[in-house]
Amino acid sequence: MSVLPDSYTQYPRRREGYDHDLYPWSAMHQRPPVTWPQGSVAVWLCVSLEWFPITPAGPFKAPGHMQTAYPDYRHYTARDYGNRVGAWRMLEAFDKAGVKASFATNAAVAERYPDLVAAVQAGGHEIIAHSTDMNGTIDSTLPEEEERALIAEAMARIEAATGARPTGWLSIARQQSWRTPDILKEEGLTYCCDWVNDELPYRFANGLINLPLNHELSDRQIVTVQQKSADSWAESMRDAFDWLAREAAASGGGRMLPIHLTPYIMGLPYRIGALESLLSDLAERDAAWFARGGDIVRSWENQQ
Amino acid sequence: MREGAGDPDLYDYHPYNARPKIVWPGGKTVAVWVAPNLEYYEIDPPPHPRRAAWPRPHPDVVGFSHRDHSNRVSHWRMAEVMSKHGFPGSVSLSVALCQHHPEVVADGVARGWEFFSHGIYNTRYAYEMSEEQERAIIEDSLRTVREATGQTIRGWLAPALTHTPRTLDLIAEYGLDYTCDLYHDDQVQEVKVASGRLASIPYSLEVNDHYGFFVYNMSGREYAETLVRQFERLAAEGEKSGTVMCIPLHAYLIGQPHRIGPFEQALAHIANDGRAWIATAGEIVDVWRAQQ
Repeated sequence: MSVLPDSYTQYPRRREGYDHDLYPWSAMHQRPPVTWPQGSVAVWLCVSLEWFPITPAGPFKAPGHMQTAYPDYRHYTARDYGNRVGAWRMLEAFDKAGVKASFATNAAVAERYPDLVAAVQAGGHEIIAHSTDMNGTIDSTLPEEEERALIAEAMARIEAATGARPTGWLSIARQQSWRTPDILKEEGLTYCCDWVNDELPYRFANGLINLPLNHELSDRQIVTVQQKSADSWAESMRDAFDWLAREAAASGGGRMLPIHLTPYIMGLPYRIGALESLLSDLAERDAAWFARGGDIVRSWENQQ
Repeated sequence: MREGAGDPDLYDYHPYNARPKIVWPGGKTVAVWVAPNLEYYEIDPPPHPRRAAWPRPHPDVVGFSHRDHSNRVSHWRMAEVMSKHGFPGSVSLSVALCQHHPEVVADGVARGWEFFSHGIYNTRYAYEMSEEQERAIIEDSLRTVREATGQTIRGWLAPALTHTPRTLDLIAEYGLDYTCDLYHDDQVQEVKVASGRLASIPYSLEVNDHYGFFVYNMSGREYAETLVRQFERLAAEGEKSGTVMCIPLHAYLIGQPHRIGPFEQALAHIANDGRAWIATAGEIVDVWRAQQ
């Protein structure tokens, strides 16, 4: 006897296009080709600056959050290492390679570590809003007013601490609710980075732009989840760049390589060298255009 | 199957060292088929009592959008590499993709690919379905694929690998020729069904790109090396009796920019080796059947 209702084999949203109205379908290879200001592959370095309260809260626990019984000194401090040491190594690596990056920054990091944020800004890097702190997670179980307040608070605190209102947003774990794209639009944001379904920017139905920050290419996915070495990660980045450069040459359309970095992961002493040599290698390639998220979005927007 | 028994009585035992000699066309030793999964995952599917579709509250943004990458970007990247090296696809199809993104299905048709059913959506599970419901998804599959491609489906890979005790009997009753759901062998094997005939063609969990990247945590290069080793062994053993190698793929995994290059090299290796009969699932089952 079935325990499934008849409706389980009925499909009211089976239709041309998606089973949702968030954004329309299109295939990347059929769109008019995009051209970058230089090169053919936009290399987008995006560093997450994260502060994990030792007291986890929120709709779900962010990746990397506390794991042991309270007080979890082990994870609190190992994560904060990224802000104290790892991020500085990355800033130096970017400076040495002569490249600009985006820093997806918790409001709490902007407030707690003004020296770090000042160095990010002095280096010509971009600040992307990354919620309040690592308890500031969002999903559809969060009541609408709380989500609206959380996003508004994060934007206000980041603006107050950095002197500028970010145009980009990265949700924690890239997780949104059904309402998030509309709230981000209402907060005046130009783009979010959460949806990993494309390799170029595209527009939501409400006008918000999505700049896909490929999670498969992140140090978190490759090093922490899949447990590959930093050298294996760098090899994958080179393989990706080589493929995208060939695809750009063959198709005549610019491509994008998002490299998502986490200071407490890739900023460790035994891993940072793999990032440094990757950067100096890619920076010498004619096909590479190192760009901040906002630069890529603007360039793309001007061609639409 | 024998419902409720410890041994479901799916097939007879045949020792690997004493098989009748299977001969593939042209004297090739291993039949190689590529099985791209062309899927649609619903963003907000109804709940199923046995399995949650998504680990997070809907919308599970990374889960959904990762899979959506197939239908916007990586299907064409994967398909181009396959076509370039002479590999047709035998498509495991979420048949509702014919409605949602007919452009993806049309691309497979234009490349001469074969289509079999992988259920309506990969977010609707067969567990607990009534016979009526299960017949409905088989009939829906036959009708939908026929309308979209002109082909009559010959095979089945259960949606998200979910079955009922009657699935194999039902697909045989509807005249399907092969199932991809049984992983007990490296050769085509007869499946015991209530009526008609049904062959089990080796699909593979072990060299499925999903297992490679998310169970065994391989890099793109390690996965490509795995495919080459799998091929080398099956090609050598196939001299005694023809073997089958399946490469099951998901564009959103194999078509990522850091993986597709090494994968192309593995395909080139297999295509250039000379021992591979590169074929579709239906062709492999037909040649095997003719030798029974």
